Amino acid sequence: MELENKKIKIQAKNLNVYYGAKQALFNINLEINQKEVTALIGPSGCGKSTFIRCINRMNDVIDICKVDGSIEIDGSEINDKKVDVVMLREKIGMVFQKPNPFPKSIYDNIAYGPIIHGLAEEKNQMDNIVETSLKKAALWDEVKDRLDEPGTSLSGGQQQRLCIARALSVSPEVILMDEPCSALDPIATAKIEELIDELKKSYTIVIVTHSMAQAVRVSQKTGFFHMGKIIEVDSTDKIFKNPSNKMTQDYITGRFG
Amino acid sequence: MNLLLLAIILAFSLSSYFFGRSEARKLVTGNIKLNALPAYYGYFLALWCGLPALIIFGGWSLFESTIIKTLILSDFSNIQSRDLFYERTLSFFNGNFSGEITNEIKVASERYAYLNNLAHNSKIALVASAIIASVVFAYKKIKNNNKARDDVEKILKILLFTSSLVAILTTLGIIASLLFESIKFFSTINIIDFLFGTSWSPQRAFVRDASTITPEEFLELKDAFGSVPLFAGTAFIALIAMCVAVPIGLFAGIYLAEYASTSVRKYSKPIIEILAGIPTVVYGFFAALTVGPFFRSLGESLGLTVSSESALAAGLIMGIMIIPYISSLSDDIINSVPQSLREGSYAIGATKSETIKKVVIPAALPGIIGSILLAVSRAIGETMIVVMAAGLAANLTINPLESTTTITTQIVMILVGDQEFDSPKTQAAFALGLTLFIATLFLNYIALRVVKKYREKYD
Ligand SMILES: Nc1ncnc2c1ncn2[C@@H]1O[C@H](COP(=O)(O)OP(=O)(O)OP(=O)(O)O)[C@@H](O)[C@H]1O
Ligand SMILES: [Mg+2]
Repeated sequence: MELENKKIKIQAKNLNVYYGAKQALFNINLEINQKEVTALIGPSGCGKSTFIRCINRMNDVIDICKVDGSIEIDGSEINDKKVDVVMLREKIGMVFQKPNPFPKSIYDNIAYGPIIHGLAEEKNQMDNIVETSLKKAALWDEVKDRLDEPGTSLSGGQQQRLCIARALSVSPEVILMDEPCSALDPIATAKIEELIDELKKSYTIVIVTHSMAQAVRVSQKTGFFHMGKIIEVDSTDKIFKNPSNKMTQDYITGRFG
Repeated sequence: MNLLLLAIILAFSLSSYFFGRSEARKLVTGNIKLNALPAYYGYFLALWCGLPALIIFGGWSLFESTIIKTLILSDFSNIQSRDLFYERTLSFFNGNFSGEITNEIKVASERYAYLNNLAHNSKIALVASAIIASVVFAYKKIKNNNKARDDVEKILKILLFTSSLVAILTTLGIIASLLFESIKFFSTINIIDFLFGTSWSPQRAFVRDASTITPEEFLELKDAFGSVPLFAGTAFIALIAMCVAVPIGLFAGIYLAEYASTSVRKYSKPIIEILAGIPTVVYGFFAALTVGPFFRSLGESLGLTVSSESALAAGLIMGIMIIPYISSLSDDIINSVPQSLREGSYAIGATKSETIKKVVIPAALPGIIGSILLAVSRAIGETMIVVMAAGLAANLTINPLESTTTITTQIVMILVGDQEFDSPKTQAAFALGLTLFIATLFLNYIALRVVKKYREKYD
């Protein structure tokens, strides 16, 4: 099948995560294919965000969070003290549940990452990065005349696309999205989904979603989490048409408490 | 006696609470349903019992002495220095007068005794009838099963409104008196001379009524009230203080909010806030006795002349005093910057300090500016440290090693000791107060504008 031919981009092996004494993820094994959208679904509190935050080591920020086990990206381990998280996060962008543009102009929001990573030497190089990022995030036409306005002056959906553009500005290979549409209306959601479809041609995307319909629409592979464990991972088609696990079946049909 | 009356009013009010409550309970017979919980009827009756009586009591006590004084003095229209005469009468009445007892004093004292007694009795009568009338009124309402909850709400609303009215009216009153006295001052001294004159020496002004000043004296006075050195001194010392307090306070706030572990934070924040609780006099003598002399000997060893009371010493200590204001406010403000902004920045590969510098601080800026401006007005209003450490000489200087003085200090200097209320020197204090008030008002206005502008940008 098509799945077999895909190159594995991210591979989690025996991943356990603890918040203090409480274990949030149990023995997670998951493969995420390159240039494809992988959806993570599951009831609230099952550890989807925890998992996705392991991929760019965002859990480092939380004092009480301990991660053990292995995550390999392109075959190299990231849960290693020697790995430079700055370089890692340049490679792995993230978009959050609530749009979180910085208190800066639209332009500066996009330029933020490239400045930190020293990606542009001259002004016109930076202009270029800003323009391409905004174009990739399908926001350019709406904001090209108001780049100096604060990012927060945009609508919610535009802000979320701004955040996507911000993530794209440092040319990542992977984009992690944690419920990127949960704060948006259906029209803005449709725009973002369209965008995800476009982006998967060049990026590996992992998306957490509570919307079954969204998972079906945008993803090729779906993982179902429950109480910190992976219950089932398969092609989206299979998961939603013919899941092999009873719990998955119950969850996707909404018969789940 | 007044205390007893007050206690009686309160006791009545308290007991009418229980009375009202039980009366309301009695109403519940058959299919009559109360409009509110019985306790509300209690409150209703208690409020009606207490408030009118208290208002009458308070009002009467406030005006009693003035009215009696006016009445007595109106009988003695031919007497000079009437206030003094009245004082004597009172002390004679109280049995501790030791001067020459005139016939008028005796008569007035008898009259006082009579009026005082009358006033006292009528006060009791009035309060008693107020209690009776309002309790009867309220009791009738209860019997008719009134909407006690709404009525209590209404009474409380009026009470709260009156409180805010008192606050507003007092403020207005203070401003009005400032204005009034300042206008008197400016009718003697030209406002231009006051605002732009560069020499301040009010001790040259004679301690006496402004209306009796001769033209020669007036010319002499003309340049005694130049307030520029005071404003310059105030601004200068505040500037030195801010140079100390802003960086240290801000960095401390950033450390507490972003770097300190919870346990460090738990202990160090209260410790820093203790600084804010130290009385300013203590800072003052620390500045005057320790820091000032230290600078002086340091300066001497470097071959500089440093006066032992210097702007530097005062500003430095004032700065230290202000640190906790800035640090704990900016700590709170930085803490309230949403975590999602920080995560957004980390997620793109920014380090902690980059995130603080480029995301957290800009987002917290309006609040930080606000806290700094608050600290500035604190510095401008500070008196004690300056009195003790910066000296009283109104030097117009920008040398931090010399002594200077500030507006508040000069107001203190003018008003301590015996002063004739009408001398230009005393009125100058009001003029200074007014100018200071306008200056801080302006500062606050700017602060609000700045904060609002940033708000619009970042929220
Ligand atoms: N910072 C934290 N400190 C302590 N426990 C946490 C923390 N973050 C998450 N947890 C716990 O870890 C578990 C997994 O949380 P996580 O946020 O990963 O769930 P989720 O699947 O993303 O849920 P949702 O769909 O509601 O976002 C939960 O039980 C949660 O209480
Ligand atoms: Mg989540």
